Amino acid sequence: MSVDLQAGYDKVFDNVLRLRIMSILMVNESYDFTSFKELLQVTDGNLASHLRQLETAEYLQVAKSFAGRKPLTTYTATATGKKAFQDHLDFLGALIKKSKL
Amino acid sequence: MKKPEEELAEIKSMMERSTRFLSLSGLSGVLAGLYASAGTGIAWYWIYFPYSAWGNESFVLPFRELLYRILFLALAILVAAVASAFLLSRRKSIQKTEPFWNPASQRFSVSLFVPVLLGGLFSFSLLHEGAFQLIPACMLLFYGLGLSQAASFTLGEIKQLGWAQLALGVLAAFAPSFGLLCWAIGFGVLHIIYGTMMYYRHER
Repeated sequence: MSVDLQAGYDKVFDNVLRLRIMSILMVNESYDFTSFKELLQVTDGNLASHLRQLETAEYLQVAKSFAGRKPLTTYTATATGKKAFQDHLDFLGALIKKSKL
Repeated sequence: MKKPEEELAEIKSMMERSTRFLSLSGLSGVLAGLYASAGTGIAWYWIYFPYSAWGNESFVLPFRELLYRILFLALAILVAAVASAFLLSRRKSIQKTEPFWNPASQRFSVSLFVPVLLGGLFSFSLLHEGAFQLIPACMLLFYGLGLSQAASFTLGEIKQLGWAQLALGVLAAFAPSFGLLCWAIGFGVLHIIYGTMMYYRHER
């Protein structure tokens, strides 16, 4: 792997769960915790920890509200997060191109 | 790290699964088509027998009686079709361990059922105004609109099915005497064809 390609590599997407979460947020305006859990088939703790890491990286935004009496936590990708995801896609594209040469 | 090709495939699959309701059962489409075909057969018998479905009404039954019978028949077909779709799709989602009620299936349901319910209401107004000959066209058009909207949130075949219903709806609107026939093709034959296609592509 060349130096310029490594520069494009984003460690946040190193983990497959974080990659999946960001993929979902790229095509959905917002997504809630329970729906993430059901689609990704992961435990609460595992999901919460990765969501927090994405929040710390400022790739997503958290909004807490209520649906009736139940708390509803929804997540939205930030502009930074979308940009980072796009860069990661470009990085993957470049890797594939390079391996084909 | 995984291979970049695998990672891209993973991303694509996640995007699809979070936006599309992929558990829609093709088998339930076939069943709905069978109910509709049987129903139109009965309706033809009541309205036209012994003439052809696009000929003269036979007026064997008194008008009110005929109206109530057809209404009851139509509601029975609707309930049976929706129940089959609900139960078989839920079964498919359990088999595939996909969530059944999530943002994708909610968007699918809203975009399908809002036009369908409004179409149902409009059909009742046509009934009320005595414009019976336009009811098949109305049902086909609103159903086609619902399907072509909902297609963005489910399996791709639904888009074509929606367009086909719309084409039949336009035909039935301008040639109302073929209304029952168009209805039988749209809700019966097309459901069976597309349901079978979906079943072979996604359920085996």
